[in-house]
Amino acid sequence: MSRTLQAPVTVSFDYTRSVGPVLGRFLTGLREGRLVAARTSDGRVVIPPPEFDPVTHLETDDFVEVSPTGVVTSWSWVPEPVAGQPFDRPFAFALVELDGATVPMLHALDVSSPDEVSTGMLVQVRWAEERSGLITDIACFEPVAGPDEVGDGVSGPGRARPELRDEAPTEQSRPGEATGEITTIITPVSLDYLYAASPEESAFYRGLLEGRILGQRCPTCHKVYVPPRSACPVDGVATTDEVELSDKGTVTTFCIVNVPFLGQKITPPYVSAYVLLDGADIAFLHLILDVPAEEVRMGMRVEAVWKPRDEWGTTIENISHFRPTGEPDADYDTYKQHL
Amino acid sequence: MRDVAVVGFAQRQMSEFDGSPTCVELLVPIFAECYEQTGFTRKDIGFWCSGSSDYLAGRSFSFVSAVDAIGVIPPVNESHVEMDAAWALYEAWVKIQTGEIDTALVYGFGKASAGVLRRTLALQLDPYAMTPLWPDTVSLAGLQARAGIDAGLWDERAMAEVANRSLTDAEKNQYAVRKGGSSVEELLARPMYADPLRKHDISPVTDGAAAIVLAAGDRARDASDRPAWISGIAHNVDPISMGSRDLTRAPSAAAAAGAVGTGLDGVEVAELHAPFSHQELLLREELGLADDVAVNPSGGPLAGNPMFTGGLIRIGEAARRIWDGSATKVLGHATSGPALQQNLVCVMDASTGSTTGGAR
Repeated sequence: MSRTLQAPVTVSFDYTRSVGPVLGRFLTGLREGRLVAARTSDGRVVIPPPEFDPVTHLETDDFVEVSPTGVVTSWSWVPEPVAGQPFDRPFAFALVELDGATVPMLHALDVSSPDEVSTGMLVQVRWAEERSGLITDIACFEPVAGPDEVGDGVSGPGRARPELRDEAPTEQSRPGEATGEITTIITPVSLDYLYAASPEESAFYRGLLEGRILGQRCPTCHKVYVPPRSACPVDGVATTDEVELSDKGTVTTFCIVNVPFLGQKITPPYVSAYVLLDGADIAFLHLILDVPAEEVRMGMRVEAVWKPRDEWGTTIENISHFRPTGEPDADYDTYKQHL
Repeated sequence: MRDVAVVGFAQRQMSEFDGSPTCVELLVPIFAECYEQTGFTRKDIGFWCSGSSDYLAGRSFSFVSAVDAIGVIPPVNESHVEMDAAWALYEAWVKIQTGEIDTALVYGFGKASAGVLRRTLALQLDPYAMTPLWPDTVSLAGLQARAGIDAGLWDERAMAEVANRSLTDAEKNQYAVRKGGSSVEELLARPMYADPLRKHDISPVTDGAAAIVLAAGDRARDASDRPAWISGIAHNVDPISMGSRDLTRAPSAAAAAGAVGTGLDGVEVAELHAPFSHQELLLREELGLADDVAVNPSGGPLAGNPMFTGGLIRIGEAARRIWDGSATKVLGHATSGPALQQNLVCVMDASTGSTTGGAR
């Protein structure tokens, strides 16, 4: 058995990003099936266009369209794709110098084995079926069919460069187009983890499975932490001694929750409180129920209400909530240093 | 410039750390080793600076939880970088130069195995045109490796030689997570993985933590019989775009080396943070290292590359060569970002002299 308790966790967030005028122009072009590059002051034609000139630092303002065909300048095989990549089976990432551009751009290349790709090979953009103004509007690059099918002079390093043409007018000035220029995009991020509790936290959760509350004592200052910490934040030493605590304690401070929020399980108003368990030196957050919210007070003595044993797991939720014990309130001096 | 030295260094590396992503359980004994080496207590440390990332930990404020390992009541003077802890060391060095403090403890930690490291690192890329494709670290390094192969700057054999030497040297390193050389022929006979890279060309996913103690002047002499004096330290960065920079070059590495003046002349040992075999070959060129410089005698990143300390450990391993008297001038190098985008050099000497650095 692993010394720690572990569980899968997914952390995800959809970032909404404003794209600015330069990337907006590039992304709007993608949506329309056009490849918008920028001429930079050093004479290069760069796609995606940089927002500012790398030499003069002025905002990029000279745009050209480049061809959807180009050559592979480097590539790397992806034997085990990770989530979110353009393919979920082996493929290649490639740097492709599009005809008309002078530096390559990165994207996926749809080939089924490394034998099918080589530096210098001719490829073309495969557009996504539905396009919304994202880099993924380019589904991938794909090999251009053999020289017999594409005719003379198309492949090979000596072929003619196409004439660059200035980029077409922007979206707003073009009548008949459905939507305006791309100004914001949403880029979802989702990361999967196998999240581990520390060894001390793991002991705490395993204790809860048996109906016990386990803390850790600092060998230097003798303070008892619950939930336990691996090191005493006062002394910076490992908390070596396990301590079993009572499930009774004192409300040190509390708030009445009146505001509804997403995922709320209890109907407001209700009380969220810091409970200092007897024998502990740090209070922990839990619910105070079975009493009208307005009767909860600092110093109130409370006890844990455990869920039925067959519902227990390695979780603090084994304790449904705390409720008043009916004992006289604790003296302020007994908990004032824990506020 | 004040004379500042590396006087303490401790590390842990492992394939999979069975512990929390804040690595507090690793940091407590590492700090204890640093106190033992230097004779300092935590109250002697004037400044604390760490390198880590919540994206690696999978939780918020992981570096705030990690300060439990210090003991922060009463509060300490503390900072953090979302980079390899080598850059935390740079911040601490600058802080000591201001005269505000005389000592610092720099640390980093990361549990890379909790997620899919090569995927997580796609979040350090351009979020508009790159991250939505989730280009993984290995693929980006593969593009760089092939660019150099196609240009005739290195080949698969030269890459295998780097791997074989690293894995052979790693046999003497108790912290190495991958070790055991064989022969260049045997390595070349192994199958391609991420063509043009074989698995031994790629540093192993590594969990771990490390710490370095810096001290100025007499505080350093008190802490160590043979301090590793930092005679030059500088860092630079190249553009993030993979297309518009020449992947066979790392101009930022050359610029950092240039910023420490003639500081790299006479270096006997260089610990290079090259997470992929071809990157060592590239860095040797950019840094202008002579052929007789011993590169990565610890085994280097191909033997173990804990995220957020892979660079700091290079500085620590190089400093140890000064401490044990086996070298008088050494280089620690660190990298960050995709395909050697950012580079830091830290030159250390057995004696004090003119200190250069802080290049901007």
